[in-house]
Amino acid sequence: MSSDNGMFGAEGTGDTSGYGGLVPTAASSGSSERPYGSYFDSVTDDLERAYPDFADAIERVVIDRGELTLHIKVSRLVEVSMILRDKLKFEMCLGVSGVNYPDDKGRELHAVYPLLSMTHNRRIRLEVSVPDSHPHIPSLVEVWAGNNWNERETFDMFGIIFDGHPGLTRILMPDDWQGHPQRKDYALGGISVEYKGATTPAPDERRSYR
Amino acid sequence: MSTYTDPYASSRETTEGTVFSVTGGDWDSLVTEIGQAKEERVVVNMGPQHPSTHGVLRLVLELEGETVTEVRCGIGYLHTGIEKNIEYRNWTQGVTFVTRMDYLSPLFNEAAYCLGVEKLLGIANDVPERATVIRVLMMELNRISSHMVALGTGALELGALSPMIFCFREREKVLDIFELISGLRMNMAYIRPGGVQQDLPAGALAKIRATVKDLRHSFKDNENLLVGNSIWIKRTEGIGYLDLAGATTLGVTGPVLRSTGLPWDLRKMQPYCGYENYNFDVITADTCDVYGRFLIRVNELEQSLRIIEQAVDKLEKLEGAPIMVADKKIAWPAQLALGGDGLGNSLDHIREIMGTSMESLIHHFKLVTEGFRVPAGQVYTAIESPRGELGAHVVSDGGTRPFRVHFREPSFNNLQSTSAMCEGSMVADIIGAVASIDPVMGGVDR
Repeated sequence: MSSDNGMFGAEGTGDTSGYGGLVPTAASSGSSERPYGSYFDSVTDDLERAYPDFADAIERVVIDRGELTLHIKVSRLVEVSMILRDKLKFEMCLGVSGVNYPDDKGRELHAVYPLLSMTHNRRIRLEVSVPDSHPHIPSLVEVWAGNNWNERETFDMFGIIFDGHPGLTRILMPDDWQGHPQRKDYALGGISVEYKGATTPAPDERRSYR
Repeated sequence: MSTYTDPYASSRETTEGTVFSVTGGDWDSLVTEIGQAKEERVVVNMGPQHPSTHGVLRLVLELEGETVTEVRCGIGYLHTGIEKNIEYRNWTQGVTFVTRMDYLSPLFNEAAYCLGVEKLLGIANDVPERATVIRVLMMELNRISSHMVALGTGALELGALSPMIFCFREREKVLDIFELISGLRMNMAYIRPGGVQQDLPAGALAKIRATVKDLRHSFKDNENLLVGNSIWIKRTEGIGYLDLAGATTLGVTGPVLRSTGLPWDLRKMQPYCGYENYNFDVITADTCDVYGRFLIRVNELEQSLRIIEQAVDKLEKLEGAPIMVADKKIAWPAQLALGGDGLGNSLDHIREIMGTSMESLIHHFKLVTEGFRVPAGQVYTAIESPRGELGAHVVSDGGTRPFRVHFREPSFNNLQSTSAMCEGSMVADIIGAVASIDPVMGGVDR
């Protein structure tokens, strides 16, 4: 994640509040240390036992705010998902949520899969990341059929291409839409007004706090 | 082809075959024309402007005679870009956006979002008890108003008019309570990160008690109309079949999942907002069909009433307790009060910031224009909305605005099961199946 200098989005706007010197720190990107606490140790242990390539496939195990996130190599996503579904009883995948981190070079697009095990009453999260230049992630529709529409939505909004999806088309935006609206480089757009040549800047170009 | 041109049902030739555009009126000529075609297979576009598709839902049906061989849903007609817009507003303003997603259950959207923001802020345990109980009270009232629409319009779509009138009458009573408490009947942005927007007005608890009594009585009228009604049973029993395996793999939750016999309710399984302190039952059915889902919704009304009564009891004991976190850096906006002309800044607060304290004015200004910062990270919070698991994936980069907010909408996921429920059935049964899913297009498309 990025770090920002000052409080305002635009430069040189005469901010005299005295807050201009603040530098928010970026999110940590390290792996969590064992013991993870709660049921997270048992989930990771079970996965390691059921999936010998664990060390190679799982890039990071992150425990944050009482939630477990497994960062997985894109190429291993389907294998790990199958194991999680069949062996660890994560019967339900609650969709996929894309996140665009433009400053995370080489891994700009993230896909986040919240999983739910109704058998054990547990939740975990899978996260994979791909570069903007090659936004390909294997589809999980074969594993959890309910991900069909969710993957179409993430394709629609972020341009992530889910390889192997049975019909990857736009779902919310019109079929002939240009661009992928949820990406950070896609402007929100301002509403033009007819008043003595006045223009309304797009919300992301207005002077505002960050 | 006949040479007669029906003004309501014109036809034109395309490479795909003859296309008929039907806008209402006389169907006889259309039926005659279609009858002349050699092919039995007909593709029908149902919606997005159709009174029985539960909103702007478009269904593409492939028919062979009266049998549906393929169903595809076309969605996106109510896409409003809420998830994108939130990224340009501060965390508190985000509530006003998410409340408009699933417009029949605004308080659930707000609750899921606020629980996420609070978890990111690390103040989940600091939210005052009174605020939490008010949230539960409002959510359960909302569950009733939402189920009233589901039952009323569901019945209407299958041709039963009276239940709709009754259901909307009961719903009005709940909306009156919302108006009394928050000043608004829908999209109230009442639940805020850190608590709720304002305390209950005087007399609210007495009114809620009276309304609960009234509703319990009138729900009986409604039940008598449909439960056990032989016509209703014929239209709903065995229709829209989806079993547990299908529901699980399609990510279906809520009443549709519970109609397969699995008592999966997040209020019991993964309690939030102190639901573990309330006595209520999880309603299930084992029929996997439209009738089962209908019965679940009917019986959930009584469970919601029970929770509301317990919440009112708790609130009486918590009279005067805070309804917002003590941290003044988060409790936004500074002070609101419900006046005779609606919601606005309280006069006492205006007097303070304009008349006596410069620091209060600065604080108010900073909090309202800039908002508070939320530590970087991501969380997923899930609650049981009237339609199933409503999840909020909230990501912060440490700034004053959300970096990304994604809603896992139960309507969106449940609607996917339309094909599984309807293929092989009659055209008329699609209506019942879709109504039993109870999709709200505002939530589906966001």
